[in-house]
Amino acid sequence: MSILARVAQWFADPAHWTGTDGIPTRLVQHIQLSAESVLIGAVIALPVGIALGHYGRFGNLAINISNVGRAVPSFALLVLAFQIFGLGDAPIIISLTALAIPPMVTNSYVAMQEVDPDVKDAARGMGYRELAQVMWVELPLAVPLLMAGIRTSAVQVVATATLAALIAGGGFGRYIIDGLDQQDYTKLFAGAVLVALLALATELGLAAAERLLVPRGIRLLRAPSARRVTYKAA
Amino acid sequence: MPGHLFLDYVDPWINWDWLSTHVPVFLAALQEHVTLTLIAVGVGLLISLPMGVVAHRWRALRNPVLTLFGIFYTIPSIALFALLIPYTGLGTLTAEIGLVGYAVLILTRNVVVGLEAVPNDVLDAANGMGYRPLARLVRVELPLALPAIFAGIRIATVTTIGLVTITAVIGLGGLGQLILQGLVENFHTPLVVATLLSIVLALVADLALAGSQRIALPWSRSA
Repeated sequence: MSILARVAQWFADPAHWTGTDGIPTRLVQHIQLSAESVLIGAVIALPVGIALGHYGRFGNLAINISNVGRAVPSFALLVLAFQIFGLGDAPIIISLTALAIPPMVTNSYVAMQEVDPDVKDAARGMGYRELAQVMWVELPLAVPLLMAGIRTSAVQVVATATLAALIAGGGFGRYIIDGLDQQDYTKLFAGAVLVALLALATELGLAAAERLLVPRGIRLLRAPSARRVTYKAA
Repeated sequence: MPGHLFLDYVDPWINWDWLSTHVPVFLAALQEHVTLTLIAVGVGLLISLPMGVVAHRWRALRNPVLTLFGIFYTIPSIALFALLIPYTGLGTLTAEIGLVGYAVLILTRNVVVGLEAVPNDVLDAANGMGYRPLARLVRVELPLALPAIFAGIRIATVTTIGLVTITAVIGLGGLGQLILQGLVENFHTPLVVATLLSIVLALVADLALAGSQRIALPWSRSA
C-alpha cells in the first residue's frame, strides 16, 4: 500500500481523533502555545517598533534586529530555554516569544516610517496632538505592513512550535518527532500534513483578518506584501 | 568520561577541558554546516536566476509565481522534510531538496524585484543603442538588478544556516547535530558552543557577502 493510502487510512481512523494524543487535543495545544507566544511578543514588539518608527530613531537597530533574529537558530533557542527553565510550557513560550519579536519590530518600524511626511504635516496643521496623530492618522496608514509583520511572526511561531515536541512539548510536532523515533512514516507524514495545513491556515487566516482591518481607502493605495520582510525561522 | 554523568557535578555552560579535546568534532560539524549551506544557496541561485528572469519577462506569470512561492514558503521546514522522508529517505538528498527549495523561494523574489527596479529610461537607452534583448538582459538589466539579488543571497544564506540546524532531526544538521547532542545527553557544552558557532557563522557570512558586494558592485554602494 502506498504511503498516501496509509496516511488517508490514518486520518480515517477514529482512534486518532480522540484522547490525549488525538488530533483535536494536539491542535488545541499547538494553537495555544503559538497564540500565547505571538500575543506576548506583539505586546512587547509593536509598541517598540511603532515608537521607533514614529520618532524615526534607532532605525538601524529596528532593521538589524531582524537580521540578528535570522542568525539565531530557532532550534538552538528552544533547546537552550529547555536547559535553563526545564520541562513545561515556559521554555517553549519564552523561546517562541523571542522568535516572534524581531519581524514585528522591523515591520512595524518600516510601516510607521513609510507614512507620508506630508500627511503628518497635514495632521499637525489640523491640530492633532501627537498621540491622536499616531492613533488616528499614522496607525491606520501603517496597518497593512504592521499586519504583515504579525502574520510573518505567527507563521514562524507555528512552524517552530513543531520543534517544541523535541523538548517534550505538545502540539502537532509530537506526531513528527514520535513518527521519526518509532520509524512510523505514516504518523510522520500525517503530522507533516497537519503542520503544513496549520501554517497555511495561519497565513491565509491572518491575511483575511488584515483585509477586514485595513480601512477601505488605504486598501486601494498599495500592495504592502511586496515590502514584507522575508523571514524564515523553521 | 565526561563529568556531566555524575549527579553531584554541576554542568558549566562551557566545559573547557572537554571542549579542548573535542575541537575536531566541532570543525567537522562546522564543515558539514558550511557545505550544506553552500550547496543550497549555490544550486538555489542557479535555479532562481532563470526563473526570476522568466517571471519578469512574461508579466502574466509574475503574480501567480510569487504568490505560489509565498504559500510554499509558509510550509515549515520540519514538515517538508517529514513529507519527503518516505520518498527520499533520511539524509542529504532530503535536506538539500528542502534547503534548495527555500533558497529558491527567497532568491527568485529578489531577482524579480531587482529586474523591476531597472528604470525605464535605462531600458530605452539600451534599446536605442541597439542592444538585442539577450544582450540587454545580461549587460544592462542583470548588473543593475545585482544589488537586489545580492540582498537576496545574504538573506538566503543566513536563513539557510539557521535551517541547517533543523536537519539534525533527520540525521544531518552540521552544528545542529551538536545542539541535539547537548539536548539528548543533557550536556551544555556542545549545545552552547554549537549555538554560538552557528550565530557567528551566520553573521560572518552576512558580513563577508556585504563586503564582497561593496567590492564587486561599486555602483551599489549608495544603495
